[in-house]
Amino acid sequence: MTNAPAPGGVAHPGYLDTASAEPLHPAAREALTAALERGFADPRRLHQRARDARLLLDNARAVVAECLGCRPDEVGFTGSGTEAVHRGLLGLVAAHGRRSGIVHSAVEHSAVLHATQWRPSPAHVTVGVDRHGRVDTSTLADAATGPDVAAVALQSANQEVGTLQPVDDLDLPDEVPLLVDAAASLGRVAPPQRWSALTGSARKWGGPAGVGILAVRRRTRWTNPFPGDDDLDGDFGNVPGALAAAAALQAVTAERDEVAARQWPLVDHIRAAAAAIPDTEVVGDPERRLPHLVTFSVLYVPGDELVAALDRRGFCVASGSACTASTLEPSHVLAAMGALTHGNVRVSLARDTTEDEVVRFCTALADSVAELRRDTP
Amino acid sequence: MIEVDSRDQPCPQPIIELARAIADVAVGDLLAVVARDPAARHDVPAWCRMRGQEYVGEEVADDGVPRYVVRRLS
Repeated sequence: MTNAPAPGGVAHPGYLDTASAEPLHPAAREALTAALERGFADPRRLHQRARDARLLLDNARAVVAECLGCRPDEVGFTGSGTEAVHRGLLGLVAAHGRRSGIVHSAVEHSAVLHATQWRPSPAHVTVGVDRHGRVDTSTLADAATGPDVAAVALQSANQEVGTLQPVDDLDLPDEVPLLVDAAASLGRVAPPQRWSALTGSARKWGGPAGVGILAVRRRTRWTNPFPGDDDLDGDFGNVPGALAAAAALQAVTAERDEVAARQWPLVDHIRAAAAAIPDTEVVGDPERRLPHLVTFSVLYVPGDELVAALDRRGFCVASGSACTASTLEPSHVLAAMGALTHGNVRVSLARDTTEDEVVRFCTALADSVAELRRDTP
Repeated sequence: MIEVDSRDQPCPQPIIELARAIADVAVGDLLAVVARDPAARHDVPAWCRMRGQEYVGEEVADDGVPRYVVRRLS
């Protein structure tokens, strides 16, 4: 089996949407194939095959724990990153008894917002962000001192604009746990250390879809908010998926600094090319950001048409514009930042994206905008 | 005041119409765009910031549709 790119080439040329889903890492493919053979049994049973599966699952847990800098018994697997956020956040609230409020930034992933809306409370607080999408730690900490606050949720990095949040600088009251949604940053930058619960999604770091992780510190009070045992894993039985997710995380963690060092100048190139297009705004923090991701908004251009024009030229990108969303609502992230919500494009590089691809993308971008703006002011 | 009727236009058409109409407004005068498109609520102020114009605020038209008011500064 060969998944390695041809010399000088890339595995999926033109695919610049890894913030939605990264192609399967070669290390994950290898682990998945082996584990499908060996890890099919239910790890909760008592026989030989079950012990095999349990061994693989424990191995996956240990690898993820090492990548996160926590203990293996603090790591659980879920059916998705969204499920990890739901179980994690609502589980912190459920363990708190009387208190019900959740304090979160205005730019959290919809998984956090949906969990919050699902358990309404007069004590919920949304904390705004600055022009770069960054939350102010003292405003967040002040909100967390409210008498009915059960938990705080803050992402490690924003999934749409790449802005890093000052998670490790947060100073919260002792009794208020912190859920860190690290889906956008795991495998890209060093994981935060300041968390009570941490969540992630394997397909965003080159693992298979359908595997999320939920880590909860041992000293943190957490109970399953849904029907079932008070077990982090619930009835998660996708042992091959967990092992492949762990193998991919280990691989991308090992090559993280080298990949980021290659991606920084490539993203800088795209930032400059986008900014050179008239009436175009590059959004997100220019310095404190993810290494592989850049977002910009182009005035007078519909986001869905820009995505389609780039697709015709061979490039896959995402957009947070209203016309690309099924709800027809603009991105709550761009809105909270005061950024232009239409004509939005998010570019997220793969680990093997080349300079040549980036140069060709910048040409395709300028051509697409010129084509779509032909009739505008 | 010049009023642009973008009631039933999808994003980003209200902003395109706003940019066209501003040429007919004297510097210092007001312009309003009426739009149901939910993106307009965010994009009219963002357009003002990017184009150096003043965002005055949001009102409601007689039929209940949001009406965004802009002052031409340049």
